[in-house]
Amino acid sequence: MKSRVLVITSGKGGVGKTTTTANLGTALAMMNYRVVLIDTDIGLRNLDVVMGLENRIVFDIVDVVHGNCKLKQALIKDKRIEGLHLLPAAQTKDKTAITPHQMKNLTNELRKDYDFILVDCPAGIEQGFKNAIAGADDAIIVATPEVSSVRDADRIVGLLEAAGLSNARLIINRLRSKMVKRGDMMDIEDILDILSIDLLGVVPEDESIVISTNRGEPAVLDDNSRAGQAYRRIARRLDGEELEIQAFNDPSWLMDRFKKILRLAK
Amino acid sequence: MALLDFISRFFMKDNPPSKEVARERLRLVLVHDRASVSPDFINQLKEDLIRVIQEYLDIDEDALQVSLENEEDSIALVANIPVKGLKKVINQ
Repeated sequence: MKSRVLVITSGKGGVGKTTTTANLGTALAMMNYRVVLIDTDIGLRNLDVVMGLENRIVFDIVDVVHGNCKLKQALIKDKRIEGLHLLPAAQTKDKTAITPHQMKNLTNELRKDYDFILVDCPAGIEQGFKNAIAGADDAIIVATPEVSSVRDADRIVGLLEAAGLSNARLIINRLRSKMVKRGDMMDIEDILDILSIDLLGVVPEDESIVISTNRGEPAVLDDNSRAGQAYRRIARRLDGEELEIQAFNDPSWLMDRFKKILRLAK
Repeated sequence: MALLDFISRFFMKDNPPSKEVARERLRLVLVHDRASVSPDFINQLKEDLIRVIQEYLDIDEDALQVSLENEEDSIALVANIPVKGLKKVINQ
């Protein structure tokens, strides 16, 4: 299989880039792919704690590009799932410690050993963003159904296009179906109308994300997490499977759930 | 609180749901965001405009001005194109 470098970006901070990277990466590894997650948020690293791997960091991405260690030495192996690795960001340097050129070389090096290389992009549109997108084949934009997030996502679409990444796909995160039903939250169509990019998936607002982040265990590892289920579906879609996108406000979806419960009860 | 909310919404139908407000505000802010385009974009547009208009009119290329201007709730393409003469007048 040809390896793919995917950058997960958003412009705005706090919309769930890191959570999305951790969950999609874990889900893809659960599907027996070889996956490496790269945290490019130098100075504000977080993917390590979301993954629960913060105690095992010895070297980081800056050590690798500056030649202080071998690439393999900096990669942290996830013990829960076979084939999942993390390349952590440096915490004491800043974003200018790496150049887009170095980033591109790094991702190309990783292509040899991995099927999926997921790059967690920092918030903003400065150097960190430019580094993160440098080696990417495709981009995933994460946005929440809020004015500020969608506005920033629109800006990111433009910047990605200017950088030659015109096939960005959208994940709508933290959708609250009750608020959508009340007319107090923009729905999927509203957002797609405005951004006019392809939808990759929708993740519902889910308290289990907070719990799984507290524990350092991605939600996809929890069978009962709704957000985890949504991320697993997105991973299958990334794998090329044609899977219907659940809107979470569709009554037929609720009916399906209901039927499933009945079947389990039998 | 939720009940109060419901009642107030029931009686004040002129209050649009907040998502409509969000969508409209977003539409406007993006019109402005997208209008701040690069000089390259304007130059490209200018060249294409000249090419098309020259099929019909003899225009003063050097004096041609094109810009995108922000108005209250929309953007306008403002073009000032001095015409030197009519090239092809086809009477139908």
